[in-house]
Amino acid sequence: MAEVNNNQASGAATQSAAPGAAGAAGGAATTGAPADRPVKIIGIVCNWCSYAGADTAGVGRFKQPANLRLVRVPCTGRIDPLFALKAFEKGADGVLISGCHPGDCHYSEGNYYARRKFELAERMIHHLGIPKERFKWTWVSASEGQRWQKVVTEFVAGVEKLGPREGRAL
Amino acid sequence: MRIGVFVCHCGSNIAGTVDVAEIARRALTLKDVVHADHPMYTCAEPGQAAIQAAIKEKKLDRVVVAACSPHMHEVTFRRCVDTGGLNPYLFEMANIREHCSWIHTDMPVATEKAWEIIKMSVAKARQLEPLWSNEVEVNKDVLVIGGGVAGIQAALDLADAGLKVTIVEKQTTIGGVMAQLDKTFPTIDCSACILTPRMVDCSQHENITLMTYCEVDKVSGYVGNFTVDIRKKASMVDWTKCIGCEICVQKCPSKAPDSFNVGLEPTKAIYVPFPQAVPKRAAIQVDYCRYFQTGKCKVCERVCPAGAIDYEQQDEIVQKEFGAIVVATGLEVFPWEDYYGEYGSGKIKDVISGLQYERMLNASGPYGGHVHRLSNGEDPKTVVFIQCVGSRDESVNRPYCSGVCCMYTAKQALLTKDHCGMGTEVYVFYIDIRANGKGYEEFVKRVQTEFGVKYVRGRVSKLYEQDGKVMVRGTDTLLGEQVEIPADLVVLATGIMAADGAKELAQKLNISYDEFGFYKEGHPKLRPVETNTAGIFLAGVCQAPKDIPATVAQASGTASKVIGLLAKDKLKTSPMIAVVGQKDCVSCWKCIDVCPFSAPEKLEVRPGEFKSHMIETVCQGCGVCVATCPVNCISLKGFPTDAILDQIEEVLQT
Repeated sequence: MAEVNNNQASGAATQSAAPGAAGAAGGAATTGAPADRPVKIIGIVCNWCSYAGADTAGVGRFKQPANLRLVRVPCTGRIDPLFALKAFEKGADGVLISGCHPGDCHYSEGNYYARRKFELAERMIHHLGIPKERFKWTWVSASEGQRWQKVVTEFVAGVEKLGPREGRAL
Repeated sequence: MRIGVFVCHCGSNIAGTVDVAEIARRALTLKDVVHADHPMYTCAEPGQAAIQAAIKEKKLDRVVVAACSPHMHEVTFRRCVDTGGLNPYLFEMANIREHCSWIHTDMPVATEKAWEIIKMSVAKARQLEPLWSNEVEVNKDVLVIGGGVAGIQAALDLADAGLKVTIVEKQTTIGGVMAQLDKTFPTIDCSACILTPRMVDCSQHENITLMTYCEVDKVSGYVGNFTVDIRKKASMVDWTKCIGCEICVQKCPSKAPDSFNVGLEPTKAIYVPFPQAVPKRAAIQVDYCRYFQTGKCKVCERVCPAGAIDYEQQDEIVQKEFGAIVVATGLEVFPWEDYYGEYGSGKIKDVISGLQYERMLNASGPYGGHVHRLSNGEDPKTVVFIQCVGSRDESVNRPYCSGVCCMYTAKQALLTKDHCGMGTEVYVFYIDIRANGKGYEEFVKRVQTEFGVKYVRGRVSKLYEQDGKVMVRGTDTLLGEQVEIPADLVVLATGIMAADGAKELAQKLNISYDEFGFYKEGHPKLRPVETNTAGIFLAGVCQAPKDIPATVAQASGTASKVIGLLAKDKLKTSPMIAVVGQKDCVSCWKCIDVCPFSAPEKLEVRPGEFKSHMIETVCQGCGVCVATCPVNCISLKGFPTDAILDQIEEVLQT
């Protein structure tokens, strides 16, 4: 397994940028969508519950749509609502935030601070013209692999219904 | 910057769905990436050696491994790069197994996703800084929560190793459920004979402090330095004076439910659970005490030879410090009466639970070991056991197997023949027989052949009373026939569930639990006794249903882990903590308001000028203050804002 040379690598990269390659991802139809590409969703999850819940889903081989990309943070309390806005600004079609159930926070109360922020952030995001189906915050514990599958599947389906967002800016 | 990327095959776990060679090729096109490889098993010795070699040969200053979850091997690879000469915090993991190859089946789709996950990790790696751990002093005392056989075993092992142990038990005596059992399978050992000497060992051990009739109220701190508030519940008896003579129990005029005998016969309002209780001390159940309910009585006070009764006693909070905590809170028997209307909801007198039958069989139980019908006191001629009541039954939300009922039923069937004579008809209705322990299968076979217990495969659909009998109606699924047995006594193999208050305790300890309240271990195979909260360990049924041998083995395993932890005089703390940029701090103190650990403090930087300062050993790195600070002057090491934003941007670029 030696290092591969640069020429080959760049060749592959060009290929991957071709529309066909990525087109397979996500798969589902985007009826009436302005652009024919799979939706892209950013997930921001806490290390202790939801990231581990997604791990549990993986270990259990609970199949999920491939549109989600996860960013791991220690606690939902670490999440600045601006992260979600930044994601929308950069063109995300949906943002999913998930942490520990109320009472179960690894740091006692980080998820309570998160809850307050996202209650407000949700309204603000909606106010900015982004449909509420594109933003979700929820709780998934480390043992809830099946719940994680359900949350992801339903959220992605909801975003796919709206299709990819046109344009990049908010 | 020189980043090395290693894309793991993980055998076929990843390579089966993700084109790892292709991704390794593409990785070299990323900015700053100077080396990419795709080892078969990156975590194995050759894989780790390849990383260490690449650090030296390619002068790597960041390493990204795309493999399994960081919960699995982040520690492994941090150690690997550390040994290879790189700061362990210049390592980043891309999870392309649990979060990608295992949840997708289509290779091009999974490959594209894995590629994006790796790009995100490389983006994060660029923002990483070298970090160094701090050291904190370690308190070497251990708290064991729960005084059943798990807690007892763990405490004795720890105490024998020279550690000071405190056992907190909510009942007035240690012993737990095992103290209620008559015999144990498959050896038919007397449960009390093997348990009570260990209980006495606990009470006499110089390194063990027993705190019975106590509960954990509050837990703060972190590994090596926990502060625990323990509530000493008011027993209304001064235990420094009580001598356990039980004269008060004999003279008390008020009856009260007896939880130790599972409600078979009432006890008194002032009670000692059982003769071998440790410590043997009386307590008053206030709700049933005549004095507390009517203001008149005081019989116990008059008869007590030690003057120990104290009606004015109040709950007391005792604060103690510990370095580690073992949770061994055990189990509760499934409350079948609330769920099984078809079995009479507890209204048919001759239908009892498995634990009630243990007390009936027990020589020191309420009936002196006389097996009889509760309806009329006669000896039973036909006894029917029904398995899986509150286990493997989704209709009562108990899909899991309680793991012990098949075996305790076989034992009880044998004991029935022993107590009532070999002529007694004994039937067991079962779904499957789960006898996967040492000597278990042989034991069940012996019960079936040597003792002639009749096993009927099928579920019982209804129990009802007719002509002084309990009619057992069910199906023999092997013969495909309806069966109806007129029984004198029916014993339900009631399943087990997590102890009352298990969830509330988990929330105090910040440990994870599943939907049934069983505590989640660090890893089902590799960290079966640790929790994901450092310094908190598990033993016994609180983690999952298991029998006594498995409980004791786990308790000893837990003890050895605690001993390993506390063998060090100092512990390394995680350097992934918050740091205040004091130059920009506006002294609003919002960080102090939100911190769950009181980590930020007001520091006088110049006379009269205070700025926020993070106490490094107290900060747990949650980052709540970082997201709260209005001027963004706090950063979280290991999870800097720029790294998070770069990851988001990386995905959305293409």
